[in-house]
Amino acid sequence: MGSTDRAPLALKLAAGGVLLFLHGPMAIIVLYAFTTEEAAFTFPPPGLTLQWFPAAWARADLWAALWLSVQVAAVAMALALLLGLLTALAVNRRFFGREALTFLVILPIALPGIVTGIALRSALNLMDLDFSFWTIVIGHATFCIVTVYNNVIARLRRTGASQIEASMDLGANGLQTFRYVLLPAIATALLAGGMLAFALSFDEVIVTTFTAGQQGTLPIWILEQLSRPRDRPVTNVTALFVIAVTTLPILLAHRLTQARADDK
Amino acid sequence: MSANTPALRFTSVSRHFGEVRAVDGVDLTVRDGEFFSMLGPSGSGKTTCLRLIAGFDQPTSGRLELYGQDVTGRPPYERDVNTVFQDYALFPHMSVGDNIGYGLMIKKVPRAERERRVQEMLELVRLPGLAARRPAQLSGGQRQRVALARALINHPRVLLLDEPLGALDLKLRQEMQVELKALQQRVGITFIFVTHDQEEALTMSDRIAVFSRGRIEQVGTPAEIYESPATAFVAGFVGISNLVSGAAAHALTGRPDTFTVRPEKIHLREPGAPVAGDEIGADGRIRDVLYLGMHTRYLVALECGVDLTVVEQNLRTTSMDVLSARGRPVRLVWDRAHSRPLA
Repeated sequence: MGSTDRAPLALKLAAGGVLLFLHGPMAIIVLYAFTTEEAAFTFPPPGLTLQWFPAAWARADLWAALWLSVQVAAVAMALALLLGLLTALAVNRRFFGREALTFLVILPIALPGIVTGIALRSALNLMDLDFSFWTIVIGHATFCIVTVYNNVIARLRRTGASQIEASMDLGANGLQTFRYVLLPAIATALLAGGMLAFALSFDEVIVTTFTAGQQGTLPIWILEQLSRPRDRPVTNVTALFVIAVTTLPILLAHRLTQARADDK
Repeated sequence: MSANTPALRFTSVSRHFGEVRAVDGVDLTVRDGEFFSMLGPSGSGKTTCLRLIAGFDQPTSGRLELYGQDVTGRPPYERDVNTVFQDYALFPHMSVGDNIGYGLMIKKVPRAERERRVQEMLELVRLPGLAARRPAQLSGGQRQRVALARALINHPRVLLLDEPLGALDLKLRQEMQVELKALQQRVGITFIFVTHDQEEALTMSDRIAVFSRGRIEQVGTPAEIYESPATAFVAGFVGISNLVSGAAAHALTGRPDTFTVRPEKIHLREPGAPVAGDEIGADGRIRDVLYLGMHTRYLVALECGVDLTVVEQNLRTTSMDVLSARGRPVRLVWDRAHSRPLA
């Protein structure tokens, strides 16, 4: 097509427009975390202040929601790490039904959250399980496993079978081979998958609304706040915090997998 | 265990993948201390055989013995065998020293002794002072040597080499051929060497097994394989060969049996040149000439209806001389004994 590397102006404008559409709302949230107004949003903000940060800090219900979210994300991540790793190790071998298993593992991330949510809720009801911390964790783990699995299986495919064979050939049994050869090879992929899982769980709303009982995670708390216009800037401060907490692991995960690809 | 116990014995070993018979009823004996090559085109079953010996794969049927011990069904880490992989399979997250010492680390050899033996190995493969490097910082030839050292440090009874020179350039490959052969004689370990390169096999091996379609066509010394190929496949795969059969064979030898004759055994003479009693003579015309520097390859169309390839060294001739030979009538003469009948 084009004889130069430069993209045409129309394409640049379109790309810029899409990026603006994606990230503009976040900029607005960040901006209005500093506004002096309590409820209404006027543009531009009449003044800037840091008063909402201490106000958010003082809210006990916010702290409770945050703490619950961190716990849920941590446990869901741990579960995802274990199950995602085991699945990836299994799928890396040949066996009957491998394709089907791969499909079933990846399915939860492709399914709309509302379907997963409703399905889990009816299943939990059928099993007579009370909604609790653990039901939220189970809900989150369904899609967190995928991120770990995807990262690890990609790394395993690049590592190749001959290193594992070489290790066994040199006298190492399966466990030793895992510890000395396989684990170091996939460590950063595991870490990256785990961070993505944490970030996914930390801001999840839809599945959580179906699987939570009385507990409100941080995103749920934010959602409830929207019906209380007087504290709007506090909500924005919290949203700012969520953006930071979820973006950092994703950036780090990206760097980890990137660095690894470079020294190949 | 007696001195004659073979290093390796295959008893009707087969490995089938569904319908595909990768290895099909192979019987094979490799002697202690031998440099043994498995030669064949890709898909001929030689690499599968190697993987069966290493234990990465298990035979569908048959029995596998290493030094008289039945190892069929045993995992790789329970066999006194080490492998040099085609892609070297070095561990990228470990230093060269840790790679070489891996087997000893697994066997819980104390660190001091391990380091001493790693140094010895580095010197054996002529890489002293590289212990701290990462595999990614080495050249292809150096990685090759690390892979060798990592296998040899365990003093295996049999060393398996899976096309280890395939990734190296020609000059380095030829150097490594000489070096590998010398190394094998020094350490006295049985080497089983898989290759598709017939020249490599002829240069290095004590004996060669030629594989085709999961079966062994012939086992013998390089000279036996080259001078008296047992089948048309061996004659065609190892070196260039002229295959003559039917009426043409009858016209030349007086018998209809198929035979081969190597191109360098045939002499190019003037038409009407004398033919001795123990020689075969045939008249024809030079159809094509390929000047190859050190020697020239002629394609001669014989009157009896076959084309024979003849190779002559360019002892006195130049490219000008040989290229003008195209179209000239000639008489081909070769020793009757060099017509090898095929089974």
